[in-house]
Amino acid sequence: MSEIKVKNHEIVIPGDLLGEGTIKYGEGVIRRGNSYFSSIVGLFQDKGDFIQVKALKGKYLPRPGDLVIGKVVEVGLTNWIVDVGSPYSAVLSANNATEKRFDPVKDDTRRIFNIGDMILTKIMSFDRTRDPQILTNERGLGKLRGGRVIEIEAAHIPRVIGKKGTMINMVKRLTRTQIITGQNGRIWVQGKNVDDELKAIGSIKKIEKEAHTQGLTDRIREMLSINQTEEEV
Amino acid sequence: MAGDGTVKLIDEKGKRLDGRTVNDLRPTEIKIGVVKNADGSAEIRMGKNIIIAAVYGPRELHPKHRALPHRALIQCFYRMSTFSVNDRKSPAPSRREKEISMILANALTSVVLTEKYPRTTVDVYLQVLQADGGTRCASLTAASVALADAGVPMRGIISSVASGLINDKVAQDLDDIEDQKGSGDMPLGYCPTLNEVSLFQLDGVFTLEQFDECLDLSIEGAKKLHTMQTDALKQKYTDIRAEVSDDDELAKEKVKPVVKDETKPVAKDETKPVAKDETKPVAKDETKPVAKDETKPVAKDETKEKSGDE
Repeated sequence: MSEIKVKNHEIVIPGDLLGEGTIKYGEGVIRRGNSYFSSIVGLFQDKGDFIQVKALKGKYLPRPGDLVIGKVVEVGLTNWIVDVGSPYSAVLSANNATEKRFDPVKDDTRRIFNIGDMILTKIMSFDRTRDPQILTNERGLGKLRGGRVIEIEAAHIPRVIGKKGTMINMVKRLTRTQIITGQNGRIWVQGKNVDDELKAIGSIKKIEKEAHTQGLTDRIREMLSINQTEEEV
Repeated sequence: MAGDGTVKLIDEKGKRLDGRTVNDLRPTEIKIGVVKNADGSAEIRMGKNIIIAAVYGPRELHPKHRALPHRALIQCFYRMSTFSVNDRKSPAPSRREKEISMILANALTSVVLTEKYPRTTVDVYLQVLQADGGTRCASLTAASVALADAGVPMRGIISSVASGLINDKVAQDLDDIEDQKGSGDMPLGYCPTLNEVSLFQLDGVFTLEQFDECLDLSIEGAKKLHTMQTDALKQKYTDIRAEVSDDDELAKEKVKPVVKDETKPVAKDETKPVAKDETKPVAKDETKPVAKDETKPVAKDETKEKSGDE
């Protein structure tokens, strides 16, 4: 009955016919009658029981539970407005900011987070009718001190992390850096010296550029270990 | 439109002033990623036309009261540069520019899946660097490529071309002189994969036969443009793939020259077609779905769309 017209891992653009008949479909696919079309520029994936198109570009849409890196853009009396790189700016209210109870009379929001601070947060809730709510009162969340933050396409974050974190752990190990990846495309990198940081950033940029190709982990390993041997010699 | 038919625009052999026949498009080039700051961008060169399209968004809309609760707003900003025409164009936004901005926004709204991003805006900036007739169509072609490049979800990509009447003959893709001295002009925005018309305007007097012929010619031109748009969008990624597989081939040869069987054919397939043969396989893919339901295009109810925008 059903017939798939596109090869696996092929690049498709909006309007490309992907298949006909009765097929289950995921993100990036729209259905008209019995035909299925791509709605974005992306990689076609035939997962066996369903088809989907993985975006190669596009704005980040918050999902509850996502770890993201945000920038404080506004400070209110009991809340902060945080830019998380999505079309909707996030709201961090004071109750969700610290583990201690926040008293608006005694406490000053600016002493906790000020404008320009980069913070590691988690999306609490988001449903498109309201702006996303975020929190920082869990372990490990809060202000990012030192290091640097780079921005890549949010769609390529899963590739940077790799299967079960293989890719990111390899980059961490070979460049001796600490890295935190936010689902919104922002990545925090801190190393013992500038060279290590730059090397890590270089490899992340390479992963972003070549995200739609195969055998990437091997290529990154090669790139980083070549640099290392040169240094030792 | 303003022409009285006295200016000779086609010679006895059927050649036009710039040497094209009535069925030819002007030589066209489309590139993506020309504006790095933007979320998506495209440049189109169609004959002497040069237009840059830059897309920002979806992003927050200011002032906030203009945001729509159920879908994204699409805003177009079509501007002609002061140096884009022979007589200096006044830099103030003209009535014509505002009108074109509006019709382009309406046309794009019909294909973008705006309901995925309520309360936001998608801004499409179109800067005409050099104008030679048919800029609204070229702008629409570039804008839809830029939107796709920005990763904005769409139902399809619009290809647009203006055909018309010159010396009582139907001709494709009118340039500036033909537009001014000819007797009819019909800009059409058409989405080949959906078989839908998203922009339609008409100026001049056509007989029914001429109208049909002109519409068919425009659709044919739009399909040609669509393969170019497809190529432009895919090129960036196929290029990187080719480059990488080239690296792989070199790396593997250095280490183990024996293991070639698997990597080589793949690498060859991907490296070579980029330059020349790329258009052919793509063209096949694209025309097929349309050819199947080759009925008359379903004209969208334009008036409905407009009232819905208010």
